[in-house]
Amino acid sequence: MYAVPPDPYLPEPAVVVRRRREMPDVWTLELRTASEDFSFQPGQFNMLYAFGVGEVPISLSGSPDRRGVAVHTVRAVGAVTTALAQLRPGTVVGVRGPFGTSWPLAEAEGRDLLVVAGGIGLAPLRPVLYHALTRRERYGRVAVLYGARTPQDLLYRAELGRWRSRLDVQVEVTVDRADHEWRGNVGVVTTLLPRASVDPGETVAFVCGPEVMMRYAVAGLERLGVPRESIYVSVERNMKCALGLCGHCQWGPYFVCRQGPVFRYGDVEGLLRVREL
Amino acid sequence: MKSLEELLAEHPFFRGMKEEHIRLFAGCASNVCFDAGAFLVREGEPADRFFLLRHGRVALEVQIPGRGSAVIQTLGEGDVVGWSWVVPPYRWTFDGRAVELVRAWSFDAVCIRTKAEQDPSLGYELLKRLLPVVVERLQATRLQLLDVYGEGKLGVRSPA
Repeated sequence: MYAVPPDPYLPEPAVVVRRRREMPDVWTLELRTASEDFSFQPGQFNMLYAFGVGEVPISLSGSPDRRGVAVHTVRAVGAVTTALAQLRPGTVVGVRGPFGTSWPLAEAEGRDLLVVAGGIGLAPLRPVLYHALTRRERYGRVAVLYGARTPQDLLYRAELGRWRSRLDVQVEVTVDRADHEWRGNVGVVTTLLPRASVDPGETVAFVCGPEVMMRYAVAGLERLGVPRESIYVSVERNMKCALGLCGHCQWGPYFVCRQGPVFRYGDVEGLLRVREL
Repeated sequence: MKSLEELLAEHPFFRGMKEEHIRLFAGCASNVCFDAGAFLVREGEPADRFFLLRHGRVALEVQIPGRGSAVIQTLGEGDVVGWSWVVPPYRWTFDGRAVELVRAWSFDAVCIRTKAEQDPSLGYELLKRLLPVVVERLQATRLQLLDVYGEGKLGVRSPA
């Protein structure tokens, strides 16, 4: 007798238990997975299947400490993501995963942790904050720098406020555009880097956002003195099988679905500069 | 109690500057304070000073007829407010408004320009510190213009 391994292409049913509108086109779905033991590492993603429409890779954005639950923040930009964003509580979605590499939180232990996020790039980083703030004593200073397009485009606003009210984490938020009603910062997220209260030489930085933003953010981090080998980025490519077989997400020598989406910046710096990729 | 020179030396703008140069700056400096909502500078007015922020935030704004004011950038502790005082015709090109209580060092522009003319090493030192600020803000503005978050597909790992 032997156990038949689960088919990695076969989605498992998960039930939408909660949905929350973050922005007009962005929704957060909380799914109860088929397996009560479902768990993931911050930075990983699931393949979500909207039945009859298609499958897309979406970052896990909930707490890694909640088993049997998968939280995803979805921006409705295409047919599948629009279908996912419209799912109501009680409906079923297909899930494969989790897949991919994770943010190296163990490496950051004993050091300062700097999270730099742009736009909806905060979603794959939120699990990092859940993890680190639950185990706050393991890290030095923790700082979150977050940039969005306008005040209306800020993700997880209530949570940002809660984190900001804590004395053991620095949260700085900025927007690219605002009118005079906005009392917060205006300017791209890189303008916040000099304000991060961390010891650059002892900092591990996790960066996620549009690639051009990440390039500038990394340049800013290096100017501050954060070692290149301590900077990690999460990249997105066209992932299909999530198993490193189909080749859709091939990026130079890497399959982003397997060797990514989280990479040490130094390992992919050259690829980020290749215009054709 | 610390002298003005010692206090200035603690500001990031002066970090590593020779004492003799800091002394020259100190001779043109005064300590100023602005309540929330007060304007440090107004567009079109003579750029006769510049500020180094010690506390609080300043919004750089531009007035758009019929649409009110738009904030271009927010500056905070450690930042420099203003470089129009270096470039003729020495007029502010934006409004600078205190978002909250602001404490700053204010420097008399004519005083600094005169000293820089007399002592080119001071002028060079000044420009070496001011130019990176200009470059950084230019780069930030370029990035802002790219509107990198607009209609993006982040959070979705493929455009489906």
